[in-house]
Amino acid sequence: MIGERSITLVVLGLLLAVVAWALVVDEPFTITLATRAAILALAAVGLNIALGIGGMVSLGHAVFFGLGGYAMGILAYHAQSFSALDLGLVSVAGTKSMPVIWLVALGVSALAALLIGLLSLRTSGVYFIMITLAFGQMFYYFAISWSAYGGEDGLSIYVRNGFPGLNTLVPIQFFGICFALLCAALFLNARLRASPFGLALNAARQVPARIETVGLTPFRLKLVAFVISGAITGLAGALFADLNRFVSPTMFSWQLSGELIVLIVIGGVGRLIGPVIGACLFVALEHWLGGLTEFWHVYLGAILLGIVLFARGGIVGLLTGREGPHV
Amino acid sequence: MSGLHLKDLTATYGASQALFGVDLDIAEGEVVALMGRNGMGKTTTVKAICRMIPSGGTLTFAEADLHALPSHRVARLGIGLVPEGRRCFRDLTVEENLVAAARPGDWTRDRVTAMFPRLGERLTQRAASLSGGEQQMLAIGRALMTNPRLLILDEATEGLAPIVRQEIWSAIRSLKDKTRLSILLIDKSIRELASVSDRAVILERGRTVWSGAMADLGTDISERYVGV
Repeated sequence: MIGERSITLVVLGLLLAVVAWALVVDEPFTITLATRAAILALAAVGLNIALGIGGMVSLGHAVFFGLGGYAMGILAYHAQSFSALDLGLVSVAGTKSMPVIWLVALGVSALAALLIGLLSLRTSGVYFIMITLAFGQMFYYFAISWSAYGGEDGLSIYVRNGFPGLNTLVPIQFFGICFALLCAALFLNARLRASPFGLALNAARQVPARIETVGLTPFRLKLVAFVISGAITGLAGALFADLNRFVSPTMFSWQLSGELIVLIVIGGVGRLIGPVIGACLFVALEHWLGGLTEFWHVYLGAILLGIVLFARGGIVGLLTGREGPHV
Repeated sequence: MSGLHLKDLTATYGASQALFGVDLDIAEGEVVALMGRNGMGKTTTVKAICRMIPSGGTLTFAEADLHALPSHRVARLGIGLVPEGRRCFRDLTVEENLVAAARPGDWTRDRVTAMFPRLGERLTQRAASLSGGEQQMLAIGRALMTNPRLLILDEATEGLAPIVRQEIWSAIRSLKDKTRLSILLIDKSIRELASVSDRAVILERGRTVWSGAMADLGTDISERYVGV
């Protein structure tokens, strides 16, 4: 059996190798696919903190993905139209600077996660799933009716936002940014799960009542994890919007929340590299099988069924021979 | 007093009252055995102390009214619980179980593993893969890592092999002799309880019916209320 650290290095190495090959044979579309996989992986890495370590099955994580996307879309829209963004008391200019947009996306997503978490984490199990789903639908329908920013049609951005020293319109350079952020999120995730906070969060998932007798509160642990999780997913949303140069209400859809969960289940719930494997497989199937048949989801469903029935630890669990944590 | 003080403690499970007047005092460094037949309210008393069920009457620790505190604040105040049935965090390793519970103080991972060398040999092993005795040692170690002033051990040797029980009792004696820790013990082994405890409190149908020095616990009392 292979160690989880080796799998992590191999998977990240393979992703880089595919991109290097695409660069050599001049296949920019493959680089874009790899970028898409890296961004979806980043979103799922965020969700994996809540789901994998904290046991919070959130069916509303698309809220944070969408907020990150709209943070990018709105700021870039005002920058390209040279109009001010009216925030009520103050007006601010738009921006095309990626680092600024990322900070806004992180902040807005974290704030939303805090508010949603404060309400939804008072419940558990199916009620938590339903409340997060309800929040997702609220944001979805709000975005549909938000005509100032495209409503149901979404909002197109005609420029790629900039990063100091890089030409983000070049696919390999934009991939580099996304890959670096993915690695940073994985590093943060690894440090988090090994920290006393991460261990206590893991323990709170296993025996919530018992963690209180050692002086910790499951609610606070889960809330902090939910905020970190939402912020990372929000950052992924900003990158996704930048990749497509388009934001729409579908970024808030419950189907997207479900897809993020599927990515994690395929790779391995609670596994560090699980979301990356799930995202790469998802994008690969979407591209290759999607070209053969429009019913490619059937094959994805069959894979998911097989994993749930025969490999509870996902692909990482299969490779390491260890079942994942029970969520 | 700075220790634990219970006076006329009552407790309920929903609509059912389980405790009707428990009196119990534990001073600093004292070891007290809480005795009684099955179903007389020993574990319920522990749950009430740890604020895991609603209770009434007087319940103070270190001059603080525990009724005003949630469960996690009681633990932070210095009450460490080794629950019945161990309840280790199964998906975490031995070391992770200890670190997850750690609070600043004299008790560190090294001190816990010095007390239970078996845990030191299995630091990277998942709790789920430990034997029952090792899980019990881990549960005690986890409670000690919270650096408590009062340690409550609820049936700490239940269902363990005799040799492992001896290890656990040796550890409890070591805690009594080498620390100023107050200890509340619940166990079925009267002989071991008598050898380590300073005082005993006996419960009968949710009330304290006898309280005194362990040396004063005669066979007539123990036969009447404990059944041995």
